[in-house]
Amino acid sequence: MKTKYSSLFALPYLIWSLIFIIVPMGLVVVFAFTTEGGQFTLDYVSQVGEYTNVLVRSVWLAAIATAICLLIGYPLAFMMSRMPGFQQRTMLMLIMLPMWMNFLLRTYAWMTILEKNGLINKLFGFIGLGPFDLINTQGAVVLGMVYNYLPFMILPLYSIMTKIDNRTIEAAQDLGANTKNVFTRIVIPMSMPGVSTGITMVFVPSVSTFIISRMLGGGGNLLIGDLIDLQFLGNAYNPHLGSAISLVLMVLILLCMSILNQFNDDEDREGMLL
Amino acid sequence: MSNTIISLKDIVVEFDGQRVLEGLNLDIHDKEFVTFLGPSGCGKTTTLRIIGGFVDPKEGDVFFEGKRINNLPPHKRHVNTVFQRYALFPHLDVFENVAFGLRIQKVPEKEVKDRVSEMLALVNLKGYEKRNVNLLSGGQQQRVAIARALVNHPRVLLLDEPLGALDLKLRKEMQIELKRIQKSTGITFIYVTHDQEEALTMSDTVVVMNDGDIQQIGTPEDIYNEPKNAFVADFIGESNIIDGIMIRDCFVEFSGAQFDCVDKGFGLNEAVDVVIRPEDIKVVTEGEGQLSGRVESVTFKGVHFEMSVTVYGQEWLIHSTQSQEVGSVIGMRLDPEDIHIMKKMEE
Amino acid sequence: MKWLSKTYIWVIMAFLYAPIGVLIFFSFNQSKSRSNFTGFTLDWYVKLFNNDLIIQSLVNTLIVALVSSLIATVIGTVAAVGLNSMKKWTKSIIMNITYLPIVNPEIVIGVSFMLLFVMAQGILSHINMDFEFGYMTLILAHVTFNLPYVILNVLPKIRQMDKYVYDAALDLGCPPARAFFKVVMPEIMPGILSGFLMAFTYSLDDFVISYFVSGATSQTLPITIYSMTRRKVSPEINAISTIIFVIVLAVLLLVNFYGARKEKQSRREGARV
Repeated sequence: MKTKYSSLFALPYLIWSLIFIIVPMGLVVVFAFTTEGGQFTLDYVSQVGEYTNVLVRSVWLAAIATAICLLIGYPLAFMMSRMPGFQQRTMLMLIMLPMWMNFLLRTYAWMTILEKNGLINKLFGFIGLGPFDLINTQGAVVLGMVYNYLPFMILPLYSIMTKIDNRTIEAAQDLGANTKNVFTRIVIPMSMPGVSTGITMVFVPSVSTFIISRMLGGGGNLLIGDLIDLQFLGNAYNPHLGSAISLVLMVLILLCMSILNQFNDDEDREGMLL
Repeated sequence: MSNTIISLKDIVVEFDGQRVLEGLNLDIHDKEFVTFLGPSGCGKTTTLRIIGGFVDPKEGDVFFEGKRINNLPPHKRHVNTVFQRYALFPHLDVFENVAFGLRIQKVPEKEVKDRVSEMLALVNLKGYEKRNVNLLSGGQQQRVAIARALVNHPRVLLLDEPLGALDLKLRKEMQIELKRIQKSTGITFIYVTHDQEEALTMSDTVVVMNDGDIQQIGTPEDIYNEPKNAFVADFIGESNIIDGIMIRDCFVEFSGAQFDCVDKGFGLNEAVDVVIRPEDIKVVTEGEGQLSGRVESVTFKGVHFEMSVTVYGQEWLIHSTQSQEVGSVIGMRLDPEDIHIMKKMEE
Repeated sequence: MKWLSKTYIWVIMAFLYAPIGVLIFFSFNQSKSRSNFTGFTLDWYVKLFNNDLIIQSLVNTLIVALVSSLIATVIGTVAAVGLNSMKKWTKSIIMNITYLPIVNPEIVIGVSFMLLFVMAQGILSHINMDFEFGYMTLILAHVTFNLPYVILNVLPKIRQMDKYVYDAALDLGCPPARAFFKVVMPEIMPGILSGFLMAFTYSLDDFVISYFVSGATSQTLPITIYSMTRRKVSPEINAISTIIFVIVLAVLLLVNFYGARKEKQSRREGARV
């Protein structure tokens, strides 16, 4: 299908992505560096520095959540990949099912469970304990992140692990590898692209969330996302500062991804995002 | 020979700045079985795709029965193609695959049925009409591809390494079958292959190509017996290529001996390539030959023995019906007409 | 070892499903309490279906999702055809732009759209044209974040396709456009369909981007749910959750069942030869 003109078919898409991807991103950059009057300024970007504690908290909580997801998800993904076909499909479905529920509802579910007169405190009450402050804590925010994004960790891990042929493992055993060796020398190195994809897919939405922190973290645990939201749709209306924070967030994430992408080539990434 | 049906004039093709064909000229005669033979990357498939209309030459003209067809799109050419790996339509069954071209031409249903059945009979696939093409064997898919192209009664059928994916036995069967189909339909076949044996058994004319240019055009016998240069000699069959000096017309020196030969027209004392087919070397006892050599290895090849012999510091290949002992020294004789002299290949 | 891994799987499943179970359970609760079950009722479901705001936002969601995923499917499929025939480096630049909406945080995409549309409002007001946040902005934004999913689904199918199939159709007398519809489309249809479905579900599910580009009259269901969670507690949310869960479950089961049957069928056909 390759003729002189066939690449022109991509033209409508190119125009579309110019207007709706490139230009909006450009606007974020422009807004971050200009005043309301259109003058160049670094005020807003340097103002982001005042929120260092929020930035650090966002990265810290997202990193904890990502680490927990990896720790929980990795063994599960491996077990899944070694199951017979039918069980694999069933497990896959069970993992995906909560993912397809809107994340607001999933977060709301934890809200009702964790709140002061929620289910957990009620259960504690039966044995004469509590009530504890479960909601509006950083722990609750991390819990919300783990619960929402765990499937995003499991799925890429699983899809790369199914590609590890059992014969590869048997070959390693045949050459004298014990279970530990099999993992450290075969399974873990071979699954690295899945690990980096999984980390990205959990870390990016966690670090930029503003709903989970608002619903489970109360007012005291603001994250970057909340800051941005406040500048655009909240009381602090200031799109220039909001753009500056967004820019910082993007740079932060780009930095993390470029580190992670050392393990990954493009073909793998394409396959696993789907 | 009959009329020229396709002719290519000074064709130049470039892909990404790289020349694939450089100034190719070729006439193809009607009702012939023509084979483009050459190693991969020699430009044979590109030449075929120019005739099919899938590649636009950068320079040069393509003529079909004397009319320039450079700008005629593929779907308007009276030429059909059997593609590499067949390119069958996976969502259509055997009948609909074959009927595809007729449906495009809006041929009446009755005629479609008749012509498709006729074609399926021709390729020995009667009764396969409703089969899923994805589940056919390689040989069957091959037949569908041929029927699908031939049903449109093209003037020329282009075949792009059509037997490449088949196993040896099936390939031999299909070679015979293709030749039969070409004879019975009288359609010009242009066949691309890198398999010299295939080219020699099937073709009326063989076009040997290398590095985007034609090396030699001729009947299979010509190509085999009178290779024009060392590339052709080496590519067609096995040969020994030895450095030699043409002392004068019909007299050449190589491997420390001097020989009568039949070639002339070279300069005095010009360095040349001397090509000798392994089966043209007669083994005699030591001392009776023009040359002598030490047998290094002997392999039984079914009909003959293949021997590797060191002659004057160079390794020669010899085919003989009689085995010799490894390590023994043998004599060798050459007839003047078996010594082929060629211009040195430019490196 | 065996029971250890089994237990592990069960614990994770409990973690994933317990909250949803609680949610569903209390959707049948008579009182508004989220920890005391006072008796069975279907009142919240009845209330839900009589809530005009929810019904309207559901309709909005469906319209936006359908229109935007259809547009994205057409543009994306055509783009994939074009992309496939591009030179390697041009293609990789464009693919990197394509990944942007996927890898960029949703909130950044949301605010960048907001900036774009506010600017468009300003420019269009000069020529006395009204440009309100509403269906239009929602659909434009949704098409944009749907496009990568269509392209990433269709492109591999085109790449996998025997590249000579299209040539064969031309060779047999098909003009180019017809050849595309007759032989290329059926070949890449699975990719187009899954691209469309993926776009449609992402569109249905999207909250963050819609939140920044929707207007007062065009709220989608996720936005309505969000404002409900912000206000007073209402078991109506539990009822919505239950309904959505059942629908998702049914769809997943159906897809799985269909997939398994198709697999079996092709295996049987394969065996017959």
